[in-house]
Amino acid sequence: MSGDPAGSSSAGRPLQAARDAVQAVATGGRYLAQSLRLMVGLPDYDAYLSHQERTHPGEPVMSYAEFFRDRQDARYGGKGRIGRCC
Amino acid sequence: MSHIRRHLVWLAVALLGAWALGTVALTRGESISALWIVVAAVCVYLIAYRYYSLFIAQRVLGLDATRSTPAWRHNDGLDYVPTNKHVLFGHHFAAIAGAGPLVGPVLAAQMGYVPGLLWLLAGVVFAGAVQDFIVLFISTRRDGRSLGDLVKQEMGTVPGLIALFGTFMIMIIILAVLALIVVKALAESPWGAFTVAATIPVALFMGVYLRYIRPGRIAEVSVIGFVLLMAAIFGGQAVAADPVWGPAFTFDGKTLTWMLIGYGFIAASLPVWLLLAPRDYLSTFLKIGTIVALAIGIVVVAPTLEMPPITQFAQGNGPVWSGSLFPFLFITIACGAVSGFHALISSGTTPKMLENETHARYIGYGGMLAESFVAVMALVAASCINPGIYFAMNSPAALVGSTPDAVAATLSTWGFVVTPEMLVQTAKDVGEHTILGRAGGAPTLAVGMAHILHQVAGGPAMMAFWYHFAILFEALFILTAVDAGTRAGRFMLQDLLGSFVPALKRTDSLPANLIATALCVGAWGYFLYQGVVDPLGGINTLWPLFGISNQMLAAVALMLGTVVLFRMKRERFAWVTIAPAAWLLACTLTAGWQKIFSADPKVGFLSHAAKYADGIAQGTVIAPAKTVEAMSRIVLNDRINAGLCALFIFVVLSVLFYSVRACLQARAANRPTAHETPFEALPEAAR
Repeated sequence: MSGDPAGSSSAGRPLQAARDAVQAVATGGRYLAQSLRLMVGLPDYDAYLSHQERTHPGEPVMSYAEFFRDRQDARYGGKGRIGRCC
Repeated sequence: MSHIRRHLVWLAVALLGAWALGTVALTRGESISALWIVVAAVCVYLIAYRYYSLFIAQRVLGLDATRSTPAWRHNDGLDYVPTNKHVLFGHHFAAIAGAGPLVGPVLAAQMGYVPGLLWLLAGVVFAGAVQDFIVLFISTRRDGRSLGDLVKQEMGTVPGLIALFGTFMIMIIILAVLALIVVKALAESPWGAFTVAATIPVALFMGVYLRYIRPGRIAEVSVIGFVLLMAAIFGGQAVAADPVWGPAFTFDGKTLTWMLIGYGFIAASLPVWLLLAPRDYLSTFLKIGTIVALAIGIVVVAPTLEMPPITQFAQGNGPVWSGSLFPFLFITIACGAVSGFHALISSGTTPKMLENETHARYIGYGGMLAESFVAVMALVAASCINPGIYFAMNSPAALVGSTPDAVAATLSTWGFVVTPEMLVQTAKDVGEHTILGRAGGAPTLAVGMAHILHQVAGGPAMMAFWYHFAILFEALFILTAVDAGTRAGRFMLQDLLGSFVPALKRTDSLPANLIATALCVGAWGYFLYQGVVDPLGGINTLWPLFGISNQMLAAVALMLGTVVLFRMKRERFAWVTIAPAAWLLACTLTAGWQKIFSADPKVGFLSHAAKYADGIAQGTVIAPAKTVEAMSRIVLNDRINAGLCALFIFVVLSVLFYSVRACLQARAANRPTAHETPFEALPEAAR
């Protein structure tokens, strides 16, 4: 974040572009991992944490292992759930 | 000016697509490359997405980017989570893509690749993708309710119950036909049987690992599981070659059927984390990986299409399934063109995670286009193997004989050049004793995939590996579907029976669970067994039943869409759903009627039953049955199947009646009557 001294625009621009590219790849990778997890019914744990913090601050939250078990039961044990097609 | 320029690139896409499609459709005599099919399909999808889905989104449905979605209203970080649209696309696609789009096109290839391709493209653009999109939209505007609830809400309680019951019967047929595909692929194949059996201990290990050793590390355990699976494939090769273990893992169809029934009962009674969940992870990732690999393989290898564009069986009377092009092609290819089961997914988890209503176009319409592409790839894989081998694998022994010499001789009278040596060699190439009489799609697809993928990686020596990889990948997600479907069916059954015997409704009571599970397994097991012992191959009987029921569910979903459009006072656009619903009604009702009443015993259940009943009355044994008992069983099965067809027809006609009534009521009202959740603006943070 703070490595590039401000003002060196001639050298800054390609550097910035490279940094953007790295960022884009990182974002893409994160989305891919998120998508693969959601394919098997596991939503984003960080999103759950930030949601709990925003709406129920101070209340206990599930650990990752608990969260995982909860979602596993919800995906397969739920009433009349049909998770996939033929 | 820029207005016109914006459309120029799409004009170019349209021209390219028309050229490719023209090349595919008009070729006579010489074989063409499969890339023509790929290019034609992709161009059609692009144009349809750019123009037709935009029209539906803006004009027909009026998607509103400022309207809140269930994910925001009920955000709980668990079920309801606003999700990035690309992430959600992956989730939705993984849920809708299964064995259906892989099997239907393979069976339909008996008419040549052109009829199947045209229906896949037209069907997805005007019916399948429209259905998925509209149901997703309807459910999103109603707090993510399920299809049964939506029908109940918009049409009334009685049609809601009827639709629920219809769904349950469809599920039973789907489970039976999927299990039948596994039986057909694994019968007399020690390599395949060992590999698939090995997935059970692998999954159990993964389950324990995820639960107790390293909780929730899905990526890690999936990589371990994948490595073990690959080891199982090589292990299967050694087992098949072994003089002791080889015969020990060689099972006939009936034994496999009983094993599957037992497996289904036990698997559905075990805790989900132990077997179902870990196997679901493996099968989901393997499925996505294999689909990507097949796409790369087709583009890199650009295989030549060996199957004629149109065969003589387009007239009807094909060996793989009976009946004429209309209506039977349109029910043979269900998933990939239009699939009613998707309505259950589009009204399942996806609407609860939609970040913005406008994403329904990309996820609903776009997701179905992606599934259609999977079906096109399956059609390519089935069409790039020698047609003689295709028909040798898919024709029942009662029709073509059971030795390589007899089959080759029969096929040459049909005009397909194949020698007995080729049939033996192909079986050897893929590491099997025989490839004859392996109807059901999976083995044919596996030969096609091996044909394509060994040219990308491994060379001829790896052909057998790729074949068993493909079999494993299909068996894996079919078994997952059998397990998950039995559970879902059990819950549905407990709900239905609970209305009469309240004690059965308790899902926490072990006896109630076991009774409902046994009933469910017994139901699909019955149809499975009937299919396995059917001398004409079973697929002949069960696949049309599956297709009819699945397409009828699609018609129900599209009728629901029509009712909602009328209730929204947008009936001037209702042709968007009426046209595909009418087409599906025409296909399924005709097919259902013919399956019951056709005078041709190959098509009609009742005439087939009559033929055998006459035989019993006169005391003569009619081939391919060998005893009088076998004949009376055929008669009973035929009558049950006819009754099932009649039941499906009743379900769809009653839903039709109720939707017409609801549409008339909506027309008479002077204001919109749709039961949408009242408008709420999207939170500021979400814009």
